[in-house]
Amino acid sequence: MTENGKNLETLFPDEVVTKAIVHDVELPHGAGLMALITLDNGFDHTKPSTFGPAGLASLGEALDAVAARSDLAAVGVVGKPFIFAVGADLKGLPVITGQEQALRIGQLGHEVFRRLGELDVPSFAFVNGAAMGGGLEIALHCTYRTISSGVTAVALPECFLGLVPGWGGTQLLPRLVGPATAIKLIVENPLSQNRMIKGPEAFAAGVADAMFEPADFLEESLRWAARVLRGEETVSRTDHTVDDWSKTLADARFLVDMKLRGASPAPYRALDLIELARTASRSEGFAAEDQTLADLLMGDELRAGLYSFDLVQRRAKRPAGAPDRELARKVTKVGVVGAGLMASQMALLFARRLEVPVVMTDLDQERLDRGVGHVHAEIDRLLGRGRLSADQANRLRALVTGSLTKDAFADADFVIEAVFEDLGVKKKVFAEVEEVVSAECVLATNTSSLPVTEMAAGLRHPERVVGFHFFNPVAVMPLLEIVRGAETDDATLATAFAVGKTLKKSSVLVKDAPAFVVNRLLTRFMGEVIGAVDEGTPIEVADHALDGLGLPMTPFTLLQLVGPAVALHVAETLHAAFPDRYGVSENLARLVAAGKPGVYAPDLSLDREATALFAGGTSPSTAEEVRLRALRALAEEIRIMLDEGVVAAAQDIDLCMILGAGWPFHLGGVTPYLDRAGVAEPRFLPRGVASVPA
Amino acid sequence: MPSSRDVVFVDGVRTPFGKAGPKGLYAETRADDLVIRVIRELMRRNPNLPPERVDEVAIAATTQIGDQGLTIGRSAAVLAGLPKTVPGYAIDRMCAGAMTAVTSVAGGIAFGAYDVAIAGGVEHMGRHPMGEGVDPNPRFLAERLVDGSALVMGMTAENLHDRYPSITRERADAFAVASQEKAAKAYADGNIQPDLVPMATRSAERGWGLAGADEAPRPGTNLEALATLKTPFRPHGRVTAGNASGINDGATGCVVAAADVAQELGLTARMRLVSYAFAGVDPEVMGVGPIPSTERALRLAGLSVSDIGLFEINEAFAVQVLAFLEHFGIADDDPRVNPYGGAIAYGHPLASSGVRLMTQLAREFGERPAVRYGVTTMCVGMGMGGTVVWENLAWEGAK
Repeated sequence: MTENGKNLETLFPDEVVTKAIVHDVELPHGAGLMALITLDNGFDHTKPSTFGPAGLASLGEALDAVAARSDLAAVGVVGKPFIFAVGADLKGLPVITGQEQALRIGQLGHEVFRRLGELDVPSFAFVNGAAMGGGLEIALHCTYRTISSGVTAVALPECFLGLVPGWGGTQLLPRLVGPATAIKLIVENPLSQNRMIKGPEAFAAGVADAMFEPADFLEESLRWAARVLRGEETVSRTDHTVDDWSKTLADARFLVDMKLRGASPAPYRALDLIELARTASRSEGFAAEDQTLADLLMGDELRAGLYSFDLVQRRAKRPAGAPDRELARKVTKVGVVGAGLMASQMALLFARRLEVPVVMTDLDQERLDRGVGHVHAEIDRLLGRGRLSADQANRLRALVTGSLTKDAFADADFVIEAVFEDLGVKKKVFAEVEEVVSAECVLATNTSSLPVTEMAAGLRHPERVVGFHFFNPVAVMPLLEIVRGAETDDATLATAFAVGKTLKKSSVLVKDAPAFVVNRLLTRFMGEVIGAVDEGTPIEVADHALDGLGLPMTPFTLLQLVGPAVALHVAETLHAAFPDRYGVSENLARLVAAGKPGVYAPDLSLDREATALFAGGTSPSTAEEVRLRALRALAEEIRIMLDEGVVAAAQDIDLCMILGAGWPFHLGGVTPYLDRAGVAEPRFLPRGVASVPA
Repeated sequence: MPSSRDVVFVDGVRTPFGKAGPKGLYAETRADDLVIRVIRELMRRNPNLPPERVDEVAIAATTQIGDQGLTIGRSAAVLAGLPKTVPGYAIDRMCAGAMTAVTSVAGGIAFGAYDVAIAGGVEHMGRHPMGEGVDPNPRFLAERLVDGSALVMGMTAENLHDRYPSITRERADAFAVASQEKAAKAYADGNIQPDLVPMATRSAERGWGLAGADEAPRPGTNLEALATLKTPFRPHGRVTAGNASGINDGATGCVVAAADVAQELGLTARMRLVSYAFAGVDPEVMGVGPIPSTERALRLAGLSVSDIGLFEINEAFAVQVLAFLEHFGIADDDPRVNPYGGAIAYGHPLASSGVRLMTQLAREFGERPAVRYGVTTMCVGMGMGGTVVWENLAWEGAK
């Protein structure tokens, strides 16, 4: 190991080392001897094999030993059961402080991996399980690849985090499968919620030369390798370098720009590298990857990406402030008060995930029928799409029923209300439910802005009331804000977290404060943008003032998605709570009164009738002024929320914004970006937490 | 439903046999994975057999717990990717498990209940040592139903030497040396490899490997070396590790079909089942079991021992083969007996061995078109023997 490599090892003191174990295999059909390298970190599949400096050194040593031999016909690489390898060990990256170190990370990977493609004998990767990032790059460096049809995750997720597949991926993959497929894997999938492909898709895309079923994948792969070595099997490859890649690349750049508006450099750099792959020599291409990796490693977008990844992978699984999960009570039946759209969505989710009876109630038979009917229609749709079997669909249909009276809740353990957003109505509902249910039955409210403590006041058992705030669409959005009221006890809270987990949601504990986290921040943010418009800033200027953040949608698009009436209602609630920071736009009220769905027409052009409602302001701002105003407002609001103890830490704010509002990884949710933009004083997070260390 | 029809052996394969124990080939490989590999290889080798036409999967194992439990015929069928419409079961007659799997499905085929079946066996004696979890009824000994030595196979072999005083340790060792020599020659001639399916071997420490050949054979074994071995079952006894089969891991399987269905599907029938029989003997001399079972099977077939051109007899112990030969007046080195060598060389993963005998017989038949009939036979713990008489479908006399 080089001096620099040793230096790197000190950055990864806790590296779980993936060992490269060489075992000679006599190939079938007299094809000769293969040195078969197994990549194994010594743990089962729940801890996939990754590569840090020591793991790279182990593979390097194995390849040294293999390269020195003259008795081999081939070299093979395979993973431990269910896992091929999932790429670089990310744990050490946040502590990298210098460009030199950063450069060395890329170089070290190349020095080891590239040898797989430069041996005197052919190399074979047998992709028996998950292959991601550097793991897939190992396979790409090999001469040939087989893949198991049972592999569930093949991906180059680097761009999702803010990196590029820079251990050969950007250079090898485009030449193997052509630029369009390479762009899909390297850029498009990571930017689409980090989509992964399965073994058969990878094979169809040309990533692997042959596919075998998992039952005897390795044996059949070795047989295939033997046939290849004996010339009985020919692997045809297309020379993609003779094609013109410029249109494919231009299209990809356009799409990336639509999504990111330059907010994160990684996908752009990845496209540059893919372009280079057509003409560059291996060494030139790999050197360019090294340089790109170093640049990105020393950029705050990647650091924020790593921070975000850690939040959703770790913090989301151990919610800060959640009580001991042992306290959770069993939930064997669920009640849903209301039969509207949201209630139906919740009923289906509870039935699918908890697999217990779910009773919906409503006062009106017609509404009830419609609600249950909506659930059944959704089940039919899932059945039609093959997401449910006929038996599963029958089971779910039988689980979800309707009742005109709340008696049906008598043996429920968890009743959630999704009725009209009015405190009096909700209090009345809970009082009625309490008449029927046991003393321990959890009463949950899906309110987006009303105070949970007040909702519980006057009940015989206020300690069993908890806020359980879903985001729309319920089945899709991963966040659940769990709100502890003043009286809420630990058993109730633990039950809420347990239910959230079974629903496969990420739960964040929130204090009972107006609009909780996501709606409070989005409303503040939108309020500033709408305020600027009210003052005379053209909508087209204000609505694009924050494009540079690469948000999933512009503020007015979000307004349209939420619905102006709902947005107005939340704004009014927050105005009542914090009148000096939250305004209520009269123009927005006029938009609601006019029954407009928003300011955009269905073709996404501005609806002139709608925009006319916002006319009349006399002191327009520039885009830059709008941007600063919105960011400062966010920073101010978050500071106040942290001071109020709405959540345990800035990390929870960020988790909420990532999972509940879809704010991107490269912003770190929101606080790392506010730190980076210089609008937070003092910083929310110390340097190095979600940024390059000082 | 037809009352009877011809049953044929189409094809047989096995995994290489490993030595049981922590250093063996399959120390970290599951028993059911061995079976799955065999089933998949049978389907691969016989592409004319539509998977949905397999009517039964009968898999034998002596110890039916853990990875050999869960009705291994059914669970292995599912794991092997056969259609879920294909049923399966587990079966046990100790060493004759796979043989009994074949005769059972053959009976079903003859009766018309099945057209095509897969039968085989497995024993991972490393993961499931002999006698694991057994709980013999105390009445066996209290009522002297069996001798105390009956459940220790090596002791029953020593008892057999007592019954046949003319079978000396030297004769047993000479037979063992010949078995090793015949196995080495069979390997050199390429007669074993075609019916082996290479098996991936898992080792956390050594990484993945590939088993392509049997681990147990000791080519070059000589009488001098065997003479030095201990007799663990009796002081100054005759039975040694050298003149007995070993403790092994492995799986076997074969395709058995109704003759007319094999023809319809275009499957190559290699042997016709002529007759079969099982017989009981005193458990303390279980090694004589093949004598009465063979006599019965020959009687059922209307054949005499002189009609038999090839004998595949399981070599649990050399003495038990020699007792069989002595009884029928066959020389120790008769070339009709185990021409490719036997379990003393290859190993004996209990319930799997029956199909190894059949697979070898089928290949020997192909080599020897002058031979019309052959038998596969083996002794069984608790005092039994099993014999299947086969007709060579490559017999030149039929042409």
